[in-house]
Amino acid sequence: MINGGPSRGQVVLSMEGVTKEFPGTPPVRALRGIDLEVQRGELVGVVGPSGSGKSTLLHIMGTLDLPTSGRVTVAGYDVAELSDKDLSAVRARHIGFVFQQFHLLDGYTSMDNVGDGLLYTGLPIGARRELAVATLRRVGLGHRIDHPAGKLSGGERQRVAVARAILGRPDIVLADEPTGNLDSKSSDAIVELLEELNSDGITLLVITHNREMAERFSRQVSIRDGLIESDSLAMGVGA
Amino acid sequence: MTTQGIVRSRMHGSDVMRTAVVGLRTRLMRATLSALGIMIGIASLVAVLGLSESSKSDLISQLDRLGTNLVVVQAGTGIGLGTGELPETAAVMVERIGPVDDVSAVGDVDANVYRTDIVPSSRSGGISVKVVDQNLLGALGGELASGRFLDDASSEYPTTVLGAVAAERLGFTEAGGKVYLGGQWFAVIGILEPLELSSNLDRAALVGIGAAETYLDDDGVASALYVRTDPDWVDPVMGVLPATVNPENPDQVEVSRPTDALEARSAAESAFTALFLGLGGVALLVGGVGIANVMVISVLERRGEIGLRRALGATRRHVALQFLLEALLLALVGGVGGVAMGAGVTYGYAAIRGWAVLIPPIALIGGVAAAVIIGAVAGLYPAVRAARLSPTEALHTT
Repeated sequence: MINGGPSRGQVVLSMEGVTKEFPGTPPVRALRGIDLEVQRGELVGVVGPSGSGKSTLLHIMGTLDLPTSGRVTVAGYDVAELSDKDLSAVRARHIGFVFQQFHLLDGYTSMDNVGDGLLYTGLPIGARRELAVATLRRVGLGHRIDHPAGKLSGGERQRVAVARAILGRPDIVLADEPTGNLDSKSSDAIVELLEELNSDGITLLVITHNREMAERFSRQVSIRDGLIESDSLAMGVGA
Repeated sequence: MTTQGIVRSRMHGSDVMRTAVVGLRTRLMRATLSALGIMIGIASLVAVLGLSESSKSDLISQLDRLGTNLVVVQAGTGIGLGTGELPETAAVMVERIGPVDDVSAVGDVDANVYRTDIVPSSRSGGISVKVVDQNLLGALGGELASGRFLDDASSEYPTTVLGAVAAERLGFTEAGGKVYLGGQWFAVIGILEPLELSSNLDRAALVGIGAAETYLDDDGVASALYVRTDPDWVDPVMGVLPATVNPENPDQVEVSRPTDALEARSAAESAFTALFLGLGGVALLVGGVGIANVMVISVLERRGEIGLRRALGATRRHVALQFLLEALLLALVGGVGGVAMGAGVTYGYAAIRGWAVLIPPIALIGGVAAAVIIGAVAGLYPAVRAARLSPTEALHTT
């Protein structure tokens, strides 16, 4: 179910001892034992330099890739027990993605790009468009509904991508360097939008190399060489 | 449903089609060009089938009209084959063969025809003079374009009926007037329509037996017989004709059936049809390779889109289906366009040749079906490749 995930305060994402090795000579150990829990309603910034394993972490959280070892649970589903088809189903209904490169289909209007957020749930296009229009208004693009995505500015494109990610109110939205291709003004606007959406109850995990940006989020997790260096939540609890 | 109660990813039927259409529409130029390849292949197949069928049906109706029961008996000519004349009794003997309906004897007269008596004798225009009986028109199934044919009376007098080509060369469009034939003035009482089974008579001026004897000093010997038989007895009649015509030297008699030549022509055309079908098939194959090529490039270029779709919850099957459907749509557009184009060519050419248009339905249905099969085969490999792409790999390319 689209809104049938865990209730507020529940764990929507958990990782226990997650490692990821890429074969090669020598093998690359991208993640070396990650333990992380994200609860419903959190806004988490995962920050780390390039090569620290953040993208791999996001792929494994998003079920786009599987860990070499360790346990990953998303929206209550144990990833290890799911087939490729089931993982697709989890992504379709429980996870939203925002990418640095936006990944919009330029031939589509903003509305249909956003509507694609629920394309693989079987929801008919009429219902998707209706939801998409409301969501576009929510992210401040009410005037760009029928605009071809290819003709939008970078900031607008990323807003469309955000709208697509939150269309079905997934249990968690994973954003991979969402401001990486934007100028500072557009970046600020996107970060503000993410904060607003979080205060509406959307669980967000944002991956970035920008420490300054991460500091604006309520919880920061710092990652280096495939290990969690610090977690503000743990520190807060400890203090 | 699974053990963990997951609702599977699925696509609404209309979205499957919409996704494929948009995929093609955003690369319209390339899609059009690759569909064109299939279109040309299908068009050539349909046109070849349509044209060969139309021409065949035209031939069949021509044969029906002319009848395949006309047999021509000629005196053999050439070394050791005699004088080029049939025995005097030939026509009478042939008439006695039971299944023979009509016999008409034609003889050659050594004379030339001119428009007037002041035309130099060297300018004979290639028109021969033939002595014919009154059965000729009936035996040949010929028709008059103008005037009337020779009858009992006109056969005795200096009158002539001109073949279609002879009339044209002499400048006659209708009966009436005179020609200078063998040193005499002959009245033109009729002009024939072209005779499809004996075009040598088209280039002749025909005179009656009596007139030939009286005015042209003809010996009355026939050189050819036109024999119309019972359609069921053509072969047996042809078998007995040589011995009947010339019992002493049956091998000096040539028996032929003019419609055999038409059938031989049709057989020759069939051989070309097979060749052209082969060429059309090659064109179709090249079109299929073109689609496969375009789809492979498309998969490479659209890795980002494939990654996005996987992230949005598409299964491998959804991705494969999208690319396969794109290839199928390309081929379908090419197939439908090709069938239309091939039918158009057939209509145009048949109109010019005055044929009735006949396109076998199998060519229309088969054309579209062949295109779709080619599309499916061409799209399969790229589709599988797209589906096998891992989501992370696909997303990493920009």
